[in-house]
Amino acid sequence: MTLKRFLTVFLAGCIFAGCLTGCGSNKAAADISVEDTEYYQKFKDDGISINVYNWGEYIPDGADGSVNINEEFTKLTGIKVNYSTYATNEELYAKLKAGAANYDIIIPSDYMISRMISEDMLEEINMDNIPNYKHIMDKFKKVEYDVEERYSVPYTWGTVGIIYDKDTVDLSEDEIDWDVLWNSEYKDDILMFDNPRDAFAIAETMLGYSLNTEDEGELRASAEKLKEQKSIVQAYVMDEIFDKMSAGEAMFAPYYAGDAVTLMSEYDNLGFVMPKSGTNLFVDAICIPKGAKQKEAAEMYINFLTEPEVALEIAEYIGYSTPNAATFELLDDEIKNDGISYPDDEYLDMHTTVFKNLSPEANKLMQDLWTEIKSDK
Amino acid sequence: MDKKFNIGQKLVASPYIVWVAVFVVVPLLMVAYFAFFGDEGKFTLEYIKSVGQYSDIFIRSIWMAAVATIICLLISYPLAFILSRMSKKTQSTMLMIVMLPMWMNFLLRTYAWMTLLGNEGLINHLLGMIGLGPFKMLNTVGAVILGMIYNYLPYMILPLYSVMEKIDPSVLEAASDLGCNRIKAMFRVVVPLSIPGIMSGITMVFVPAISTFIISRMLGGGGNMLIGDLIEMQFLGNAYNPNLGAAISLVLMVIVLIIMAAMHQLDSSDDDRVLL
Repeated sequence: MTLKRFLTVFLAGCIFAGCLTGCGSNKAAADISVEDTEYYQKFKDDGISINVYNWGEYIPDGADGSVNINEEFTKLTGIKVNYSTYATNEELYAKLKAGAANYDIIIPSDYMISRMISEDMLEEINMDNIPNYKHIMDKFKKVEYDVEERYSVPYTWGTVGIIYDKDTVDLSEDEIDWDVLWNSEYKDDILMFDNPRDAFAIAETMLGYSLNTEDEGELRASAEKLKEQKSIVQAYVMDEIFDKMSAGEAMFAPYYAGDAVTLMSEYDNLGFVMPKSGTNLFVDAICIPKGAKQKEAAEMYINFLTEPEVALEIAEYIGYSTPNAATFELLDDEIKNDGISYPDDEYLDMHTTVFKNLSPEANKLMQDLWTEIKSDK
Repeated sequence: MDKKFNIGQKLVASPYIVWVAVFVVVPLLMVAYFAFFGDEGKFTLEYIKSVGQYSDIFIRSIWMAAVATIICLLISYPLAFILSRMSKKTQSTMLMIVMLPMWMNFLLRTYAWMTLLGNEGLINHLLGMIGLGPFKMLNTVGAVILGMIYNYLPYMILPLYSVMEKIDPSVLEAASDLGCNRIKAMFRVVVPLSIPGIMSGITMVFVPAISTFIISRMLGGGGNMLIGDLIEMQFLGNAYNPNLGAAISLVLMVIVLIIMAAMHQLDSSDDDRVLL
């Protein structure tokens, strides 16, 4: 495994060097069809480009035989895509707040969307330009974070659970719940979320609080819980989870179901548990930040991502669940029924909570507490 | 002095002065502004005061940067001396070998250590073959210090080398003629002559080491936080608070200045300093 990883790094270097000397497209012609080709021709010869800011590992990029979505979009519309990534909602927020950025497309999660709406950071989307919005499932429309459906188009959704290494963990699936992450028996074999909202949610679930609590006492108690855990945590990570879990560096890690699906498809020894004590249900949706230079081209991009076949490529490659009804129909039964990507409604109703935006005071307290936790010995 | 020449001098220097004003002085003033003025533009000492609660992190960062600097010095000093006594041709080859890792991206170099030090990493695998370990190396204080030493070593070697290279071999010959053995000659002749190199080497390693954040994040697992991580968190990370970040940066700058001033005070006898 180690050697493999070492080779991966080495090969990545070679590929990078190869790209420098003229990167030939290694992907054959488009095998994706869109419903209305005419729609995408508007900016064909204008030579414009859009800046897309997305989560890491969150779009098919041509690797492993997938379709390079951004390249396909450029081929279809003539619009160039400048693509960059972030690791947490808070990082995205900080970048936008600092004002140094100029993005046309961002993909925040539910609670961050409502925070951005309340702070006037998002542009209203002209839904007339997004005919594919009709494919979005009703249960993801007019949702709490964007009741009037003016600012966002759902991209993916999913739940948070525990990824574990079946080779080294001697517990059965039923025995695994959030408390394993606090079990000192697994000292130094536990990874933890490196962002406050997800980390607090786990502590809040264990203490029996609401995931949306704004109560100072409850937030402080949750922070204490997280501090308690710190001495047995090997590392606080986000996307590094892919590397660390696949290399067998840790036994447990909380993470998003979609990434777990991706990891499990490559590594048989990894398993995923949906905690019985409850968890977070999240929706990531596509938005246009205030001041975007190419709003209409951005809307075209949103519409492209919502094409049933494009959304299918995305869902299959990144492993996250799709809110797109037409795409869902196209999925393999195996994925539909694996119980991870599309848990049954009963579990969703009984055991999951969607994050709401917290009050500015509660947000600030949580951020200060997070600094305290991370700087604690 | 000829006045015209003076004006000419000023003209030549003016782009640099403008550069410094725009890209050094103004940003510094902005940092100070953020540290002392809150959201509503009112003067406040709240942020500076709250820096106090992170004193543990300050102490840890200073301590770790100091350890890394001292080890860098201990490794580099003999190396630089040996290097400076080689033939000119070998010297340039050896210098290139010292510089070689710096051609690679900083992140990639640090990432490589992650794959070496991990529980399932190369080193633990090799140790495992002879029945040792696995040892926990990644995500420890030691790994962070190792990362600092590895990344900043050339910044110590180069200033030392450039000073030692200028030490005339005849000075060493004279020392041995006058009855010094090699060790004595080293401490009585080479060390005093190379003090400017030691000073600039220490500055060039200590200052970046104390404010690094990516090394501690990659090799320290996010649990061994340094000041750099704390500042990064306030601006780009998960605890958006630019005012606190600015206040921490300001305090850090003052501490570094004091440490550097104290260092140079110790060495006040020597005036011609080498700045690379």
